[in-house]
Formats: sequence, structure tokens, C-alpha cells
Amino acid sequence: MDIIYTIWLRNMKRYIRSKSRIIGSISMPLFFLLFLGFGLNSVVQLPNMGGNYIVFLIPGMVAMSVMFTSVFSGIQVIWDKQFGFLKETLVAPVSRLEIMLGQTAGGATTAVIQGFLILVLSLFIGLKVSSVAGFFIALVFMVLIGISFTAFGIAIASRMDDMTGFQLIMNFVIFPIFGLSGALFPISSLPAWIAPIILLDPLTYGVEGIRYGLTGASQINPVVCFAVIGGFTLVMTVAGAYLFRKIAI
Amino acid sequence: MTVALHIQNLTRRFNELVAVDNISFDINKGEIFGLLGPNGAGKTTTLSMLSTMLTPTSGSATVNGIDIGEDPDGVRRSIGIVFQDQSLDEELTAWENMDFHGRLYRIPAEMRKLRIMELLNLVELYDRRDDIVKTFSGGMRRRLEIARGLLHHPLVLFLDEPTLGLDPQTRNHLWNYIATLAREKGITIILTTHYMEEADRLCSRVAIIDHGKIIAIDTPERLKDGLGGDLVTIRSPDPSGVAAALNEPWIVKSETHNDDVVVSLKNADLYVSAIVTLLNNQKVPITSISIHKPTLEDVFLSFTGKTIREQEADHKETMRTYKKMMRH
Repeated sequence: MDIIYTIWLRNMKRYIRSKSRIIGSISMPLFFLLFLGFGLNSVVQLPNMGGNYIVFLIPGMVAMSVMFTSVFSGIQVIWDKQFGFLKETLVAPVSRLEIMLGQTAGGATTAVIQGFLILVLSLFIGLKVSSVAGFFIALVFMVLIGISFTAFGIAIASRMDDMTGFQLIMNFVIFPIFGLSGALFPISSLPAWIAPIILLDPLTYGVEGIRYGLTGASQINPVVCFAVIGGFTLVMTVAGAYLFRKIAI
Repeated sequence: MTVALHIQNLTRRFNELVAVDNISFDINKGEIFGLLGPNGAGKTTTLSMLSTMLTPTSGSATVNGIDIGEDPDGVRRSIGIVFQDQSLDEELTAWENMDFHGRLYRIPAEMRKLRIMELLNLVELYDRRDDIVKTFSGGMRRRLEIARGLLHHPLVLFLDEPTLGLDPQTRNHLWNYIATLAREKGITIILTTHYMEEADRLCSRVAIIDHGKIIAIDTPERLKDGLGGDLVTIRSPDPSGVAAALNEPWIVKSETHNDDVVVSLKNADLYVSAIVTLLNNQKVPITSISIHKPTLEDVFLSFTGKTIREQEADHKETMRTYKKMMRH
């Protein structure tokens, strides 16, 4: 545990010091929320969802900020590789599993903080958290998204030598996962052929889980959401740990 | 003398390339041992194997009596490493970098604090302890890395090209640190370098390594004495004529490299006029003539037939392939 804590601590210190990163990664979901939310609020009519698009969008943006921050935190292992710091960690008499879990804990924590900031800002534009229990349900889902996607980022980083492939991963993996997650639109309003793809996207269950917690309504049963995103977290952690073990310096 | 490292038939291949070729030697406790050779000779690969970062293709080694293959964690606990490339977290302060290391090696909090204080004082960085490493100069970073490598009280410290890319003044400073460390802490230091002067100044023994093989191993003094005294370098458009003319009993050895003929002899200053007379009598033209005490550079030249710089140029191509292989 002490090793995991050590790595986590380092991540926290770096996070707190990188003001530009904090602001940078809040701004994107915030702008989405403001532009899409206010822009489409009057045009979009949501069936069975109270008709308020902004409130529908908020859980999606919280999930988005958690997911993007966590993938990015995971991928930062590449920086450590390039700047040599990873060597210092790998040559210490500690197991790689501990290092990986520490990195995951650190990434997930920063991601949840980022999501939480969006959540707090959302209170000013119309979010009314349904209940304390609901808030904690949303938090659990944020944590699960954070852990799974940090592990996902670490898995990718373990296979990459430098940041050149990062843009590719961003555009062809991360963005589709986000776009197909039902963060921006209700699943039921899509053409039938897209629905199965959306149901294959693990983030869908994270978004729906947060939505259930924050607004009290979701299109997928929250228990199913929890089971799927929980399983995804487990699989990603195992995959990340496996690939991280095989990093050669 | 007790043996700190015992290396036996250690070999590492990268596909076709044999980076380290069947090397065997012992390093004694408390020694400053130098692995000397051009870039790409196999020094870093050797170090990587000894520090368990890389598994040998064949052969074995023990570090502080622990086998690198059987108990890599045990080896890691008992060694400290300063890598060739920087491995600090630039976003953290000097203290935090040390603290991170101390926690990784599970040093209890109180002891950790004391040792960090002591070591930062030793490398004269205590006043800068709360500054972000990003603001440090190359020499300061190096010193911090050395301090960090000592934090868990290793019995053996590996320094991979400790002064690479530093200015001469900082380099001198660092050499003093390293020498003091070995003396005061009694730890065994193994350093790799391609600066001959560095090996000469610091090391109690050096192994000259080229193309993955150990070509000579001894104290710097004995290696230099092996050349047979002082060196006189005679440059001439007709080097073979020079070599033929200088066939006297007082000449210990004579070697030709390009336009230069290097002859070794005792008390060279007494014989310069004799050499000039001999060459004039034979009508062999002389471009220049110089005398110097032998350096490790000359030892390298005499063993490999090339200067270390020429050898490095040769290695460039090999290195490129090697690096490509390292990636896989």
C-alpha cells in the first residue's frame, strides 16, 4: 500500500502544480455545456426527460471530463518513459503491479476531481442534485470511469514509445467512445442500427449511471450500468497491469 | 579483499548484434571501477544487466553475493544507479525527488528525513531543496541524482557516464564528489565513461571494453606502464621510412597509425636529438615530433589500433541498428 500511496502522492503533487492543465481540461466540457446546452436547449425536445436539454447534458459532460482526464493521466506514462523518470521507478525493488496501481489511483483521483469541478459548476446552470444518495451514486460511477480509463491509458502507453501516436488514439478511439456514449443525446432517439454500437460502448453505462445519480432518471437500469462499468474497470485494470509489466526500458 | 561483483561469461545479444560478448571479471569491495570504451562498446548494456534491468542472454553475475538472475529484487535493494539519461521528475522539488525515492525503498520517515538532509548537504543542494528541479542546471541535476542514488545506502553504486554533457569545471567538481564518496562511505563504485581522463583521475582499476569484449583490465598506472615508458609521436609523409629507421635497442615499441609513428621508450627527453639525427641520416622527412606521458587514450590506441574517436565513428552505424533493436 505504501508504494501505491507514494506513486499516488507524486501524481497529486504534479496535478496541483499544473494549473494550466486543470483549467485546460475543465474548459472543454464547460464550453460544450454552455454552447451546446444553451444553444440547443430551446430547439431540442427530449421525450420523457422533462424537456430540459442542459440538465440532460450535464451528466454527460461530467463523464466526459472524468474520461478525458483519466485517459490523459494514463498516457502520461509515456512522458515518464521519455523523460527517464520511469526508469527510476522501475529499478526500485517494488513490483510493477504496485507502480501500475499507484498510477491508476493517481489518474483516477485527478479525473474525479476534474469531474467534480464540472459538477459544481453545473449547479450554477440549472443542475439540481436529486438527493444525497444520488450524489454518491454519481460519485461511484465517476470513480469507476476514472479507474477504468486511466488503466486503459496506461495500457496504451505501455505499447507506445512516444507521443506521435497520441493524436491517432485521441481521434479514433477516445473521441468515438465519447461520441457514442449517449452523453450528448438520448439513446432512444437514435436510429435503430446505432443502438447496438452504443450499448457496446462501456462509457454509455458510466454516463447513464451518473445521469441516474444526478437526475434520478436513466434509460438503462443503474444496476446494469454498475455491473457493466464495474466489469469494464476490472478488465481494464488487469489489461493495464499486464501490459505495464511488459514494458522494457 | 572481498569481492563485490563477480561476473562470469556474461553475454547479451540483440538479434545479430553481440552487445556484450562473454565478459568475466571481479570487482573488489570499495573500488572505483571504470568501464572504459567508446559509445556503443557495450558499457551501458553491461550496467543494465548488472542492475537487473536487462536479462543476460547467457552467463551470470553476482552483486554483493546476490545472483542477478535468482533474486533481482535483492540486487536492486543493494545497489544505487545514476542513469546516463536524466531520471528526475522535473515538476517536483529536489526534496520531493529524494523523498519519493526514499519511500520507494521503504526507508522509515524519520530516517528518510535525516538522510535526505545529510545527502543534500553533501552535494551542496540543501539550500535549493524546495526548488523545482526544472530550474536546476545540468551539474546540479547530476549531483541530485547521485545523492538520490545513495539514499538507501547501497553497497554498490553504478554511475553511467556521470559527467556526460557537463562543462569541464562542473566535471572536476563532480569527480571530487565521487572520490570523496568512495573514501568516506566505503561503497563500491562502478562507472562507465568514454572520457579517458575521467577514468584516469578516478578509477582504482579500469576495464577497457570494445565491441562488447574486455580488451584490457588493470590499474590505470599499470596499463600506461605497459606501453613501455614515454611516447614520442613522429608525423611524417613517409611513416614506414620512420618505422624502419628507428630500429634501436632503446626503443621499446613502435606502432604506426595513419601518418603518425608512435614509439615508446624510457626517458624520451634524452633521446629526441638521437631520433632526429637518425631520421636525418636516413633522409626521412619529419613533419612534427612530440613527446608525452602515456594516457589511457594511448592504451586504448595501442590495444585497438584506433583512437577512441575513430572507434566511435565506426560505432555510429552499429549504434543505429542497436537502438532500433532496443526498441523491440
